[in-house]
Amino acid sequence: MLKIENLQARIEEKAILKGINLDIKPGEVHAIMGPNGSGKSTLASVLAGREDYEITGGTVDFMGKDLLELSPEDRAKEGLFLAFQYPVEIPGVSTTNFIKTAVNEKRKYQGLEALDAAQFLKTMKEKMKLVQIDQSLLSRSLNEGFSGGEKKRNEIFQMAMLEPKLAILDETDSGLDIDALRIVANGVNQLRSADNAFLVVTHYQRLLDYIVPDFVHVLYNGRIVRSGTKELALELEEKGYDFIKAEVEKETV
Amino acid sequence: MDAITILKETYSLQTANAGSLHAFQEDNWAQFTAWGLPALKHEEWKYTRIRNAFSDKMVTASHALPQLADLHKHFLPGLEEANRIVFVNGRYAPELGFIADNDNSLQVAPLQNAAEEDAEFISLHLGHSRQYHADGINALNAAFAAGGVYIKVKKGKTLSAPIVIYHFADSTDGIRFSQPRVLGNIEAGAQAMIVEHYINLGKGETLTNEVIELCTGQDAVLHYIKLQDEGNNSSHTGTTHIRQLAKSLTHAVTLTLSGKIVRNNLNMVMEAANGESHLYGLYLLDNETLADNHTIVDNAMPNCYSNELYKGIMDGQSTGVFNGKIFVRKDAQKTNAYQSNKNILIGSQSSANTKPQLEIFADDVKCSHGCTIGKLDDDALFYLRARGISEDNARALLLHAFAMDILDQIKDESVRSFADQIISNRLSFTV
Repeated sequence: MLKIENLQARIEEKAILKGINLDIKPGEVHAIMGPNGSGKSTLASVLAGREDYEITGGTVDFMGKDLLELSPEDRAKEGLFLAFQYPVEIPGVSTTNFIKTAVNEKRKYQGLEALDAAQFLKTMKEKMKLVQIDQSLLSRSLNEGFSGGEKKRNEIFQMAMLEPKLAILDETDSGLDIDALRIVANGVNQLRSADNAFLVVTHYQRLLDYIVPDFVHVLYNGRIVRSGTKELALELEEKGYDFIKAEVEKETV
Repeated sequence: MDAITILKETYSLQTANAGSLHAFQEDNWAQFTAWGLPALKHEEWKYTRIRNAFSDKMVTASHALPQLADLHKHFLPGLEEANRIVFVNGRYAPELGFIADNDNSLQVAPLQNAAEEDAEFISLHLGHSRQYHADGINALNAAFAAGGVYIKVKKGKTLSAPIVIYHFADSTDGIRFSQPRVLGNIEAGAQAMIVEHYINLGKGETLTNEVIELCTGQDAVLHYIKLQDEGNNSSHTGTTHIRQLAKSLTHAVTLTLSGKIVRNNLNMVMEAANGESHLYGLYLLDNETLADNHTIVDNAMPNCYSNELYKGIMDGQSTGVFNGKIFVRKDAQKTNAYQSNKNILIGSQSSANTKPQLEIFADDVKCSHGCTIGKLDDDALFYLRARGISEDNARALLLHAFAMDILDQIKDESVRSFADQIISNRLSFTV
């Protein structure tokens, strides 16, 4: 589904990604862990098409298409979704109106009819249950004045509405208390299927207790330095990132 | 023949018929002759080359009035049955008007007649705005006041429908020059909404120089909406002068959605204690157009509250100008006055000039002002695009949201949705 080969990116003059390789197949959940500043969020942003980064090398194939050639909106319409670490507050745009526009633009791209008001409302009601989000929240301006938990639930709600092939969760656990974390993880788990895949970017292991990954990768200094199964996450939790840093530095010496 | 000669000839043709307003007109014509048209070196006109709008192609001759049936299509949807005042080429046309509140709550009459019947009110208030605008433009309008209208909303009456003032300008024969004049008397306890709307009946250019002066009595409520979407062939200089004679509530929304050179003066003159006023404005410009909003909130007495928010979106090579004056005179203790001006530049050659100007002579007041000039928020744009919304639609959504703050201030549903439609079309939002 997603094949990343030797991906390199920089912001201004600073190289952040220094050759990432990753292969994600339908039905899989991959976790990317790593210390602060290792390039986790950069990877998520680059995949979603944020233009602040300059791609300096490598390729990304997304279901047969050259992902890096697509605009952010076309990536979304092709089935890529980024749950933002910091969802943006947009005064004056109602969440409902926004999500309706997004859903219908995607349907148009797929050659489908726009949903009418009744169909849209029905779908919305179903998906709202997934993340226990309230109608009143959705009629408010997008993310404006939402609590941290409400913002993250809104991200997962949008994900449910857009039914992506590949969802990237960028530190979705940050700023969440344990109850909100459970609700968010539960929403994600219900959306898992054999046809879609998830890339979960996180600093802490605790999210992975709820969203159990098939593979865990450790990103350090712009490269994936370890890959393994969920046990790797537990090992990191126990030993901290320092042991990885130490090992990597030993190898490069 | 240059513009001044055209004006002079037009003036001498009409002033003989000014009746009871003859002396008022003569005085103002003399003042106009002394001041002339403002040049860029005039501090109040430094961004707005208004002299260029006055050209030798100006047309002032009157024609036969249009048929009412032909004007229907221009009436605001949903307000066809509202109170209607019609100006054609700057002159009040009573035949084309309509009174919905026919229970004697509303009186509409030619200003000339009123000058005889309500002589005291007229002598106190007609021309009051000139002391705020020593620039010839205001005096020029006053020299043609006899073509104006007088509106009285009677004591304690609440109008069932807005008063919509339509300004039709026929630009078929040249640059149509019109000078509408309105004097309104919103008596104690009365409540009214006045909507002004401007329509170019031809494909040529128009230039309108308007003065509307409105007074509110004790506990009166006045909503005023100026809706400008006459097209980019139309230039406008207008003064809206709202004078609170006693504690009252006044609320103004100015929407400039098109126009070649547009200058709006809005004065809130708060002469009584405990008054409240609101000033909102939106200018949505493109191509080489210019909109210049000059506002004045003049606090003379204690305990008044005013809130002001003007927003602008500039595309193409357009220019937005905002100048907001707040005067707090020495007796106006406990004044609360807030002002904000926010601009988004979307055209690479567009510009905005903004200037708050506070003059405070009392020592116990709360005043604040702020202004911003920026572009659309990149993070917000990316967020919308990352959900599959095209860049154009994402921009349109954000700009529309920016404009909504002002649109929401329009308290009449019909006017609001009419304006919203124009704005949505302009931002070309498509799904």
